Amino acid sequence: MSGIEPVLLKTDVLFFVLIAAMVAYGSYARRHEHLRAPWRQVARQPLGMAAAVVLAIYLAIAFLDSLHFRASASAPHGGAGYSHDLNSVFDVLVTPLRDSVERTYSAPFAAEAYAKEIVELADGSNSRAYPRLEHGGVHLRDPASERGPDIAARLIGGILLGLALASALAALVVAVCARRARMPWQAVALGMLRGESPLPWRAILGTVLAISLLFGCAVELAPYYHVFGTDQVGNDVLYQALKSIRTGLLIGTLTTLVMLPFAVVLGLVAGYFGGWVDDVIQYLYTTLSSIPGVLLVAAAALMLEVYMSRHADAYGSLAARADLRLLALCIILGVTTWTGLCRYLRGEALKLRAVDFIEAARAFGVSNGKILARHILPNIMHIVMISIVLDFSGLVLAEAVLTYIDIGVDPSMESWGNMINGARLELAREPVVWWSLGAAFVLMFALVLAANIFADAVRDAFDPRLRDLE
Amino acid sequence: MSAYIARRVLYALPILLGVNVITFFLFFVVNSPDDMARLHLGNKHVTAQAVENWKAERGYDKPLLWNAEQHGVQRVTDTIFYRNTVKLFLFKFGQSDSGRDIAFDISQRMVPSLVVTLPVFVLELLLTITLALSIALLRGTYFDTWAVIVCVAMMSISLLFYIIGGQFLMGKLLRLVPISGFDGGSAVVKFIALPVLVSVVAGLGFGTRWYRTLFLEEIQRDYVRTARAKGLSERGVLFKHVLRNALIPILTGVVVILPTLFIGNLIIEAFFGIPGLGSYTIEAIQSQDFAIVRAMVFLGSLLYIAGLILTDISYTLADPRVRLT
Repeated sequence: MSGIEPVLLKTDVLFFVLIAAMVAYGSYARRHEHLRAPWRQVARQPLGMAAAVVLAIYLAIAFLDSLHFRASASAPHGGAGYSHDLNSVFDVLVTPLRDSVERTYSAPFAAEAYAKEIVELADGSNSRAYPRLEHGGVHLRDPASERGPDIAARLIGGILLGLALASALAALVVAVCARRARMPWQAVALGMLRGESPLPWRAILGTVLAISLLFGCAVELAPYYHVFGTDQVGNDVLYQALKSIRTGLLIGTLTTLVMLPFAVVLGLVAGYFGGWVDDVIQYLYTTLSSIPGVLLVAAAALMLEVYMSRHADAYGSLAARADLRLLALCIILGVTTWTGLCRYLRGEALKLRAVDFIEAARAFGVSNGKILARHILPNIMHIVMISIVLDFSGLVLAEAVLTYIDIGVDPSMESWGNMINGARLELAREPVVWWSLGAAFVLMFALVLAANIFADAVRDAFDPRLRDLE
Repeated sequence: MSAYIARRVLYALPILLGVNVITFFLFFVVNSPDDMARLHLGNKHVTAQAVENWKAERGYDKPLLWNAEQHGVQRVTDTIFYRNTVKLFLFKFGQSDSGRDIAFDISQRMVPSLVVTLPVFVLELLLTITLALSIALLRGTYFDTWAVIVCVAMMSISLLFYIIGGQFLMGKLLRLVPISGFDGGSAVVKFIALPVLVSVVAGLGFGTRWYRTLFLEEIQRDYVRTARAKGLSERGVLFKHVLRNALIPILTGVVVILPTLFIGNLIIEAFFGIPGLGSYTIEAIQSQDFAIVRAMVFLGSLLYIAGLILTDISYTLADPRVRLT
């Protein structure tokens, strides 16, 4: 029997803290009408909710991929002690993807390798041919004739599976809604189809349907083929692209988590107290923001590299080292991006300081700390909210670019930046190796697009100035 | 006016000093010069003598802030902080870690950067404002809705994909332009066509949406209603009144970029092999040449602050109500 020992990487801890914070905020917002109202408005926007479904799927994958554990190595490899392989729950769920490693490139759905190799024939002579893959399409006896029908059959199976999944979910939603509204289910379902339900269920369930179709096809096809092909060292590209979700999401969210306390505290203190405190804080963020972002990140990342090469022994495993670098990147990015929010919050605090209810609080003798926490902070939270969602997509995109110029995440870590970087030069090959780029593009585009749309919905709901504009 | 400019320039000095303190801290305090030397010389099998030589060649063997062995002013000037940081204010960038004259390199590489960034800047501005105005003209229609959707979709694509896609389509499939490279003289057009095109297209989504919001905000104003009430055509209102009044927020975003055009676009230059300051910086990052990175951080901040001052000055030109005192 192999034992299991849970492992908490540093970024895992922060990610769980973040999710806990989101849950806490959710339950807080439910109980307070001034927060509930704008969120209800977000929930009424079909496009925004469709985007929210996509984001939720990404979040779920990243969450599963953050539940790390280390299996003791007694089972497959033998020997005592723990293996160095760090696994996540997500890895276990997609074991067939992770383990089906080929020798080198192979095209999507291929049964044969990308390049010709010398193959030994039955009679002992050698010939140059495309060898069969070790995992992709091994169940086929004659790939040339069987592959097309096989893929079609599995595709149909996948679509049926997806349809079944989506309709089960839809039936559940209709049943619950009908019960709540005390209406016959036919009427509820018809209302949803016409887009007349209070929540935009048509958009939500449409997105769910699209995702479950993709999911169904992946479940049917992925164990037998490399849906997105394999990369240079033969790893399944779909697996890499899915693993990269965690990296992208972490950079988009942890950076904000790191910078938020600085931006909020310094911005509010500067605006509220004024005087020399204001001068010092203004000087601080003006100085930081006058350094072009990429250069500051580059300088900091360069120094990090020196630091890590000096303390190379301090980190147990390769994964822990890559994890620390990811965290450091989030901190560096956070330090460079907090200035904008800080400047904005200072302006808001400056305005709020002169408002009657703050003056009244001061006249009653409420302490400065309490005024800041109880009276000013709640009144600027919508700005914080908007800036969190607006920054997210930019940060996901920044990861890819920074990784390209070697100051991003560790090269050993799965990330879209690393995938693009590795595959960029392969476009010059003949036939073109496009699948790594394609997979990274599709997953990144879906995430960033969903984030942008969701951010717009949140901004529209929370920014009163914009509400009457559109 | 000149008094205002002089004061703004004086205000800029402490900020630049702050920038230099940050880089000084990053480069010499977080890691000692010994660490840098080891990284450069390879971590293993480095003799103490080799490290000392490396440091001495670059002047990193001095004390950080205070040289107790010297006398008088030299106690302050014969230090790493003075020699490597304060001197930047005099544009004495010194030598790179590989022994080249940084100031000369920068002067050489500024032109290729500008050759790319300037056309991008002009084209982008013209194109996004024209598009945004036409969308604003058709606000509330299906065209408006779809234009915004296309903008958001275009914003959601990483610059890397624009570059790779552009190179693949224009350079490899259609063979219209070289995939990368640079040349002086008239051949330059051939080489910058693709980088300029890619940069403009990549920025189109964000820019158009940004200006659209800006124009819509302006259209809400009272003077627009007045202009319509006195019978001006919608187009007349937009191009004469809205565009002119929107100039102020446009200037805020645009003028500040102008000086930084000298720095070039890091990613574009690296991909297209343009020997400008952007690729200079990237090469310095990749070869871990700290002296160049330090110089570029200083230069970048300097140009950014210059952009802020220019922005304020441009306000007075665009808006007679603004008086700088």
